[in-house]
Amino acid sequence: MSTAMIDRIVGPRVEPSELSQRTLRYGTPSFLLLTARVLLLVSLFLPYWHMTLHAPQYPDNLHLTAYINSLTGDVAEINGLNHYIGMRPLEEAAQFERSVGVYAMIAMVVLLELAAFIHTKWAALLVIPAILFPGVFLLDLHLWMSHFGQNLDPTAPLSNSIEPFVPPILGEGIIGQFKTVASGGLGFYLACAASVVQIVALYFHRRAYRPLVLAERASVES
Amino acid sequence: MLQQGSGWKIAIGLIVALAGAATGQSIKDVEAAAQARGLSTADLLAAAKTFTPSGMKDEYVIFSSGGHSGQVFAIGVPSMRLLRTIAVFTPEPWQGWGYGVGNEILAEGNVNGKPNLWGDTHHPALSETKGEYDGQWLFINDKINARVAVIDLRDFETKQIVKNPLTVSDHGGTFVTPDTEYVIEGGQYAVPFGAKYAPISEYKEKYRGSVTMWKFDRKAGRIDKAQSFAMELPPYWQDLADAGKLASDGFMFLNSLNTEMATGGIQDKQPPFEAGASRNATDYLHIIDWKKAEQVFKDGKVEMIEDFPVIRIQTLIDEGIIYMTPEPRSPHGVDVAPKGDFIVVSGKLDPHVTIYSIDKIKQAIADKKYSSSDEYGIPVLDFDAVVEAQVEVGLGPLHTQFGPDGYAYTSLFLDSAVARWTLGGSYGSGTPEPDWTLAGKTPVNYNVGHLGAAEGDTVSPDGKYLIAFNKWSVDRFLHPGPLLAQNFQLIDISAPGANMPVIYDMPIGMGEPHYAQIIKADKLKPWSVYPEVGWDPHTQAIDPWAPKPKQERIERKDGVVEVYSTAVRSHFNPEHVTVKQGEKVVWRITNIERAVDAIHGFAIPQYNINLSLEPGETAKIEFVADVPGTFPFYCSEFCSALHLEMAGYFMVEPN
Repeated sequence: MSTAMIDRIVGPRVEPSELSQRTLRYGTPSFLLLTARVLLLVSLFLPYWHMTLHAPQYPDNLHLTAYINSLTGDVAEINGLNHYIGMRPLEEAAQFERSVGVYAMIAMVVLLELAAFIHTKWAALLVIPAILFPGVFLLDLHLWMSHFGQNLDPTAPLSNSIEPFVPPILGEGIIGQFKTVASGGLGFYLACAASVVQIVALYFHRRAYRPLVLAERASVES
Repeated sequence: MLQQGSGWKIAIGLIVALAGAATGQSIKDVEAAAQARGLSTADLLAAAKTFTPSGMKDEYVIFSSGGHSGQVFAIGVPSMRLLRTIAVFTPEPWQGWGYGVGNEILAEGNVNGKPNLWGDTHHPALSETKGEYDGQWLFINDKINARVAVIDLRDFETKQIVKNPLTVSDHGGTFVTPDTEYVIEGGQYAVPFGAKYAPISEYKEKYRGSVTMWKFDRKAGRIDKAQSFAMELPPYWQDLADAGKLASDGFMFLNSLNTEMATGGIQDKQPPFEAGASRNATDYLHIIDWKKAEQVFKDGKVEMIEDFPVIRIQTLIDEGIIYMTPEPRSPHGVDVAPKGDFIVVSGKLDPHVTIYSIDKIKQAIADKKYSSSDEYGIPVLDFDAVVEAQVEVGLGPLHTQFGPDGYAYTSLFLDSAVARWTLGGSYGSGTPEPDWTLAGKTPVNYNVGHLGAAEGDTVSPDGKYLIAFNKWSVDRFLHPGPLLAQNFQLIDISAPGANMPVIYDMPIGMGEPHYAQIIKADKLKPWSVYPEVGWDPHTQAIDPWAPKPKQERIERKDGVVEVYSTAVRSHFNPEHVTVKQGEKVVWRITNIERAVDAIHGFAIPQYNINLSLEPGETAKIEFVADVPGTFPFYCSEFCSALHLEMAGYFMVEPN
């Protein structure tokens, strides 16, 4: 990549005098992107998704909690129950996603960091993965759930008495005597908040740097 | 018809609050139901005090001897619902006790190598710290074979049985010293030590009583036989015991019922024991300084009898360890008051309780105020010098328990009643009645033996509940044939004075319980599942040999077949085990469940095997496959919807 190309992607720099005069204008997108980074990093330590299974013989209910890199709660008990219907053990789901989750998150944070230094529309490209992340998380979860629910072991004890199913990843579902209640976790909501912050950040980014880009382009053309 | 009254309103109020308010039911419904069943105001009030709706937990737990069952019963108060039987001295199929688990512990109770598979459990003792129940351990004696068992209250399972090497029967056990340093086991019917033969004509010379101090090692959770010792006593048929506390810490008290040393012989026209042993007006209260005895034992002033260190009577006398004092004849209970300052003795044939003062006893010992010495040279303290008071309570007084407020409660066997009376001394201000007087009596049904008050033999009794452990129920329950249930009657002692209503009857159709202790439920911290998968309850630790999931296998080594199995809803793994006739089988099995109540059984027909495997528990059974054939084994707990399918085949190929 030539230096000229890098310059074109990175975009125009702001004059120090201009920067000191209009701190808020140029500081806002950087601050918002920093906020998004913090939200995403904090979300690493918080649950992304909860599922509670209600049944008469479990007065304290059964709980599942998904983090970016792990699955906790009554996993063994739920696996024990799932074996009746031939569902594979939960820990076999999304193994790759859980193993790279933390690195992917750090990569997205680094991209946001870079985005703060890029003053062209290319910045949006760097931000897009983090904006889409909560949606991708849910989609992935849904795909795994359907994969597990639709691919039951036909030799399992109760395989004849249960149809393949897809438990809802948000809201309520029914399977056997269990009512499932699934909801996002605090980490998920922080990631969603980060997405909103990033979209707002992109708006202020465009407002701050678009004129500079246009000005530069005009000066080149003239 | 129901009568109007405040009790009625309280009862209605409570019941409505408990059951009705949320569902739109009204007082009228309660009234109608009560009338239909002929319930009085008092009945409704009793129901309100005891009825425990589904899911509500009890406030106290009774640990009751199971009498002939050789077990312990755990019962909730005030609901009086049986929560658990604890297998101790006898095989118990549900817990698999003796059918694959607990066999080695039952074998600790063998006598001369022979199993003794019944027990006569009498007096449970909860472990204490500074004279308070600590909820950690429970001890119980077996009167018929002079054995003591240790139960761990983390899993409510028996961990140890010790057989007394000297005496054949025990009654003065179990009682613990205030920090559970020792578990006291007093012998009962005198025999030559070690149950050796001696003609009864040599009764005074060869027959002996004893009290054994079993050292409890709290860390190991076991009685440490090597640190335990016994004291030789005259053949007086020592009865109940109690450890001193606070003011009397370091002492223990034992009473006796045959200081006449009657030897019976009704078949030869001699006076029967019941007459011979009741001839004298008094028997002897034994006062023993156990801390001094411990020192004498540590100094080696003992004789080894039946491989057990025994302090001889002469040493007890020489070292100032033992004293006696007269007590009303044929006593049953000897109970130390909460502050340890008074010792209450009831002679069954005397309508009084006799209260001794530890200060006076100590003074009399210091002043050598002896009225005589007994036939073995033990100094007898002058009765008048050590007695604090006598209170006339009624006929056939047996056992005494205490409340928090200066009341004492004594069971009256002949009167079939419980007497409430007041202590004097520093307790006197707690009660409206004068010191040392009868405050009231409550009839019980019938022939009451021991009493249990909530934490009523500790340094801080709770009051509130008292239970009469009645021997006869006569007309209280439907008759299940001529063998009638015992009757545990719950008595509300929360109000002062004579008002002590019976509020619940619980039939016990499983043996004849004797004593029971009542502990605040929140002091107990039992496990709901074993801490980890692969847990051996015998050692209370992980068993390194415990089979684990995905490592199930069958190994053959030198004619021994080793099976490593797991149990989980709803299958065993392996399901097929084939051996050759005559092969030895070592079968290890782990319940790998972690869910509360996910219990599995493991039963092999015709091999007398049934295990109860609680979540996480591992067990090992060993047997010789001597019967050829095909044996479907199965899970004997209804564990899941596919419980019947939780089975396998054990096949023994004939030679």
